[in-house]
Amino acid sequence: MERNLTHIALFAALIAVLGLIPKIDLAGGVPITAQSLGVMLCGTVLGAKRGALAVLLFLALVALGLPLLSGGRGGLSVFASPSVGFLLGFPVAAFVIGWLMERTTLATGLAATAASVIGGIGVLYVFGIIGIAQMTGVSIKEASLGAALSFLPGDAIKAVIAGLVTQSLARMRPASLLSRA
Amino acid sequence: MLTLTSPVETWAHPLPAGLKLAALALATTGLFALQTPPALGLACALTGLLFLTGGTSFARTGLRLLWPLWPFVVIVGLWHLWTGNPTLGAAVVLRMVTAVALANFVTMTTRLSEMLAVFQWLARPLAPLGLSPRRLALAFALAIRFIPVMLDRLGQIGMSWRARSPRRPRWRVLVPATLAALDDADHVAEALRARGGAG
Repeated sequence: MERNLTHIALFAALIAVLGLIPKIDLAGGVPITAQSLGVMLCGTVLGAKRGALAVLLFLALVALGLPLLSGGRGGLSVFASPSVGFLLGFPVAAFVIGWLMERTTLATGLAATAASVIGGIGVLYVFGIIGIAQMTGVSIKEASLGAALSFLPGDAIKAVIAGLVTQSLARMRPASLLSRA
Repeated sequence: MLTLTSPVETWAHPLPAGLKLAALALATTGLFALQTPPALGLACALTGLLFLTGGTSFARTGLRLLWPLWPFVVIVGLWHLWTGNPTLGAAVVLRMVTAVALANFVTMTTRLSEMLAVFQWLARPLAPLGLSPRRLALAFALAIRFIPVMLDRLGQIGMSWRARSPRRPRWRVLVPATLAALDDADHVAEALRARGGAG
């Protein structure tokens, strides 16, 4: 019980920290924030339920008024901005990623990358695109094109990194991957 | 940076947080019912006046918090101009700015502790699912406490990387950072158990 609670709390903090660090040069000079990478890691490391709860805790902290979203945004107003769809999709994405990790028999690194692509891009973008279309009045098609052009390259890199980090964790400390326990 | 609550005391600070949140929900629903630019422009102007009742420095902070919206305003504005529907574009931009500003007003005039109390009150129906208010409060407190701790740790990991490599730290620093989070979680869980558990 205590372990579940502390893992959820500490991974919520991890998502926050990944959003706060000034855009670390993740790969080949593409400046991207690591916040959604944190969401992917919640799913691949903690599994479906704990991962989704960690993301929900993070969103609750943001709603409370802590400026934890990348770029120092926070407060209730982020849920009235066009990115609301992505925020609401975060916990669902973490759940799907964790669910896939718990069920697939692929090698850990590959499984984590594949799950991150499906959950962290596929599922997340459905929510995000509907959010953009609803909040800005553009059509779904145009919102999809905009999201794909602006976020897809970064998120593809993040999915690969999520796989690499998860694989390293599995090698260094196999018992730490709760999603595969 | 710790919270977005304004240090400038306004008349809205002493109001109950639940009341402000209910009013915000009502106002935002109302905004989505308004369709024409003049009506939304009026709502936007009223929101501006609302901020000015807190004094000019309070209003200036409120204005600064709207800054992250500018790419959306530009893109949406240009888009609707280009597709030949400036009325819809104006309505969308005004609604977006007003809704965000109103939410900011509530955040800026409500202390973290009061907001937390409302959240815990709202989460009461979840108690049978294992999310008792006690555990919820503990999870919030732990996460808030560990954000600066982990920020520090990530800084240290970055420094030890630089001590050994001429290149800049890349994604590899995330492995020890995640591992540290997992270790901390285990240690804190043990400490909680030793002190009577999470309840």
